[in-house]
Amino acid sequence: MKVLEIVTSISFLFSIIRMTTPILYASMSYMVADLAGTANIGIEGMMLTCALIGVVASAAMGGNAFLGLIVALAVGALLGILMCFIVSKLKTDPTITGIAYNLTAAGGTVFLLFLAVGEKGISSSLASGVLPQVEIPLIKEIPYIGAAVSGHNVLTYVAVLLVFVLSVFLYKTSLGLHIRSCGENPEALESVGIHVLKVRYIALALSGMLAAMGGVYMSMGYVSYFVKDMTAGRGFIAIAAASLGGNKPIPMLIVCLLFGIADAFAVNPGTQNMGIPTELVSTIPYIVTVIVLVIYSYKKMKDRKKAASA
Amino acid sequence: MEKGTEILSMKNITKIYSNGVLANSHVDFSVGSCEIHALLGENGAGKSTLMKVLFGIEQPDEGTIGFLGKQVKIGSSDDALKLGIGMVHQHFKLVPSLTVAENIVLGKEPKKHGFLDRKKAVEITKELSERFRFDVDPSACVQDLSVGKKQKVEILKALYRDVKLLILDEPTAVLTPQETEELFEQLNKLREAGLTIIFISHKLNEVKQICQRITIMRHGKSVGTYDVAGLTVEDISRLMVGRDIILDIDKKAAKPKEARLFVKDLSCKNEAGRQSLDGISFSVRSGEILGIAGVEGSGQEELVELITGMKPLDQHGGEIRLRAVLPNGNEVESEPVSVRGLSVKQIRQKGISYIPEDRMIYGCAGHVSIRENLISSIYDSKEINSGLFLNQKKIGQWVHNAVENYDIRCDSALDEIGMLSGGNMQKVIVAREFSTNPAVLIADQPTRGVDVGAIEFIHRKIVEIRDQGCAVLLVSADLNEVLELSDSILVMCQGKISGYFPFAKKVSEEELGYYMLGVKKQPEEELRRAYSEE
Amino acid sequence: MKNKKRMMTWFELLRTFLAVGIAVGFAVVIIFLVSGQPLEAMYKFFVTPLISFRYLANIIELMTPLLFTGLAVTFILQTKVYNLAVEGMFYAGGLAAAMAATLIKMDSGLHAVLALLAGLAAGAVIAFLPAILKLKFEANEIVSSLMLNYILFYIGDFILKTYMKDPKSTHVASLKFAETARLFEFTKGIHFGLVIAVVLIVAAWLFLYRTRWGYALRMCGENKNFAQYSGIGVMGTILLSQMIGGAIAGLGGAVYMMGSQQRFNWEWRSGYGWDGLIIAIIARNNPKLVPIGAFLLAYLRIGSDIMSRGTDVQNEVVSIIQGVIIILIAATGFLSDYKKKLTVKMIRSAAKED
Repeated sequence: MKVLEIVTSISFLFSIIRMTTPILYASMSYMVADLAGTANIGIEGMMLTCALIGVVASAAMGGNAFLGLIVALAVGALLGILMCFIVSKLKTDPTITGIAYNLTAAGGTVFLLFLAVGEKGISSSLASGVLPQVEIPLIKEIPYIGAAVSGHNVLTYVAVLLVFVLSVFLYKTSLGLHIRSCGENPEALESVGIHVLKVRYIALALSGMLAAMGGVYMSMGYVSYFVKDMTAGRGFIAIAAASLGGNKPIPMLIVCLLFGIADAFAVNPGTQNMGIPTELVSTIPYIVTVIVLVIYSYKKMKDRKKAASA
Repeated sequence: MEKGTEILSMKNITKIYSNGVLANSHVDFSVGSCEIHALLGENGAGKSTLMKVLFGIEQPDEGTIGFLGKQVKIGSSDDALKLGIGMVHQHFKLVPSLTVAENIVLGKEPKKHGFLDRKKAVEITKELSERFRFDVDPSACVQDLSVGKKQKVEILKALYRDVKLLILDEPTAVLTPQETEELFEQLNKLREAGLTIIFISHKLNEVKQICQRITIMRHGKSVGTYDVAGLTVEDISRLMVGRDIILDIDKKAAKPKEARLFVKDLSCKNEAGRQSLDGISFSVRSGEILGIAGVEGSGQEELVELITGMKPLDQHGGEIRLRAVLPNGNEVESEPVSVRGLSVKQIRQKGISYIPEDRMIYGCAGHVSIRENLISSIYDSKEINSGLFLNQKKIGQWVHNAVENYDIRCDSALDEIGMLSGGNMQKVIVAREFSTNPAVLIADQPTRGVDVGAIEFIHRKIVEIRDQGCAVLLVSADLNEVLELSDSILVMCQGKISGYFPFAKKVSEEELGYYMLGVKKQPEEELRRAYSEE
Repeated sequence: MKNKKRMMTWFELLRTFLAVGIAVGFAVVIIFLVSGQPLEAMYKFFVTPLISFRYLANIIELMTPLLFTGLAVTFILQTKVYNLAVEGMFYAGGLAAAMAATLIKMDSGLHAVLALLAGLAAGAVIAFLPAILKLKFEANEIVSSLMLNYILFYIGDFILKTYMKDPKSTHVASLKFAETARLFEFTKGIHFGLVIAVVLIVAAWLFLYRTRWGYALRMCGENKNFAQYSGIGVMGTILLSQMIGGAIAGLGGAVYMMGSQQRFNWEWRSGYGWDGLIIAIIARNNPKLVPIGAFLLAYLRIGSDIMSRGTDVQNEVVSIIQGVIIILIAATGFLSDYKKKLTVKMIRSAAKED
């Protein structure tokens, strides 16, 4: 019954939300890019880069976390725009571009980290800031739930807010309409005189910024320092989450929560002490991702075939 | 603007594509206001390129464009639209998941408080379609519309932007005759309302019917502009190809022998769940060309896929059998075998060859050499393998023969096939499929989008292979091709066979049209003649 | 017009050189920006590895695993499946070989063969998983293969710590490999694995370009519909290409363990799988060019190591060079204007000849 005890504990619920946040950002990042017609495999690298940039920039500006976030956002946008240039102008395959991003980021962040602190593993010697945690006035008072839902990092709440903002943006504004058309039939946009490339640049800049927020959350919210490879595949799990959510904000939020649960389970001290080797517990989020992905894909394929034979 | 004054004048337009194709060479083209002006030419004559230049999709290497009396530079479709030039493309530029109204206002959306005003968009669409009597539902999803309706959405899209000049790129290619009539009525109305229309087509009768003037292009150059009234259809065709189209294919009467391909009670539902084939029965005999006529999408595609094994027969009703070739290559087995459960490879080994409808998708691998494209149907046969390895010498010989016998014009068989013209590419496919000495040939649109020279050549080869005893099933959307090349004709309409004509020579185009459109249908016992066990 | 093909080859060569040149240019700029001794750093980076016999031997040593993973990726990408678990295949191959080399006792020779086969089989199985999930269930192979990498590393870690750990070792490392399961070493660092790699490359080229199976495999990659239409069993062929790739990567892992290492001690990843991807892109999926890609990468790695040991520039600068090289070589739009000019010129001159 230990499992039940763990999953119903407040700390577990709290950590679900904590673990969901970066995946949610990465998923939104993937969704916006994918809707505009570019499968952004490089989110992992973008997140990692921005996680470091945020820390370094904040330390450089006297530990101001907010300024660190701004700089990271700018870098994220630039990385998105650069990706768009590479894919549209240089015509490099998007998957390969994404892989290049991830490889460059994995080494590049270590290079940069060494320049900043003189070591290659962790940035804890930097006096970087942390984004504040927010207590939500009324909800805080609710027994049980309140303690799990309130008191998270500000970026967590921003993420949830962004899910709804993105819904409105994508479905209720011109630019949103253009972004969605851009992935489905770019020629339709061209034929009415809209620069497809411009829309793509905007979408990928957005994608980069969302990835940046995910990265900054990791290094300035989740923990207060940058560690080499700290994103640990969340940028890839997000690809699964976004596809499973059908590239729609709300369903995607639910899928992200599921992955968040898996993650929370893997890091929970309770499960770590249950006698199952920690290495195997650590595989849970990844195994869950594959299983859910396979079930989802299989169901989608079946549905299509069913429609065909009906 | 007064009628007849010049609204558009393109001068000295030259365009070379990055693959080196000289698509337009010093073309002059001018259009008067309030006319329907036909732009005619064979495939690859440069019409589409010229229009892409006009609509800002391609930039010319040389030349100037004058519109409404002013010199203009059209750097993008946006520029073109702002000037008042609209275009309806052959392949529609619509977003399938959006509604009709959303598609129409796309790029120029009505807004309320900065947000999309969907209600207004619907109103605008309603107003427009009422004004021009276009009958479309503004809130329908575009992916659910028929082709004809989609085209209307495209035209409305242009009208919403207040264009003065509308380019229609082969608008009737996808329409039924009824839809075509309807379109023509609407075009005439639009012209009366002051719109100028450029009408691109291959179909000379249509041009005669609704155009006032016509410009003809040939090999990337303009041949000239003429008043339609003074020209006969024969005149136009002569100007287009520079010689008379040989309408009569030189062939002897067929001497059909035993039947080789048997299709019995074949039924099938397509991806969307529609009954695409409904109880089809026929047989094809050795030494005969059986043509299948029909509006595209009447089930031809599914029929061909099922016969060739591209779509497995397993769960579908009916039976397809064939008499396989014997190892000696000249005779066939006496007992036909079913293709049920056979793979594409096994069916091919039984002696079926297949010219696919789309050569770029199925017919070849574009980035691979001509040589390697020529051996795909025999890549694992004894003919070109010795032991573990492909025998390069034998392949060289095989390729050499194919290039010679099928007049494939290339510098070297090691060049990528994608560098060839459409006609030459098609010849590669024909060479490959014919060289295996098939018992049955399925020819699906064998001459689509190729030049006249290649058409003649391919037709000749098909007749040749028939005379060698092959059973040929010809599927073509080109009625002329069906009528001229076939010995007997089957008409398909909405997944059923609506008519069978044992002697192709004895049926007229109009007659076939009635059966294609379901106006007429032969009684069952007459249709039953299409199937014979012998 | 006979030189159309030659022109294209020349053009591709030019593009590769320019890509590498630009990438190195980036690195030079960065070195100048961050270093207090840029000239010395650059000398150590680019020149030193080429003028010392010892460093050349280091390059060849490093090339050995790279040849395997590079070749593996040429098979994996040949059929356009983005199976990114090469890292995991290499790891699994090494792990399986290490298990065979530590936990089993056998005669010399036979033991080595068994360990190699264990690695080969492990790699093939790993490669099979994302591919079959894609083909049977249409599950995105990029996601599944990347997840598989993580899963494998953790499981490998678990196996190492639970079953193979040398209690006497201060680091987490396996027991020493049995002498019977080691590969013959020609000179320090250069072992029999290099011979296996060279043989494999020749065999791979022959297989791809001179046999019917290789033909089928390439056609599946070039145009799946065309392959199906031609009667090639597309699914089986794709699986085959993945498993051959996996087997090669796994074998590479085994060779690396048995030739270059005394014990299994990867706590985390080697990076050779990703290097294989870079090499395959440089080689444009042609086995013939894999040695060139492997050399280039090994040279850059050794050079940067020398540089980071002797100066204040860290060796991770290579990752920036790699990124730029990958993007530019895979960039079909890179220099396309120049290509167009060349083509147009050729057509013009051909027209004149007519």
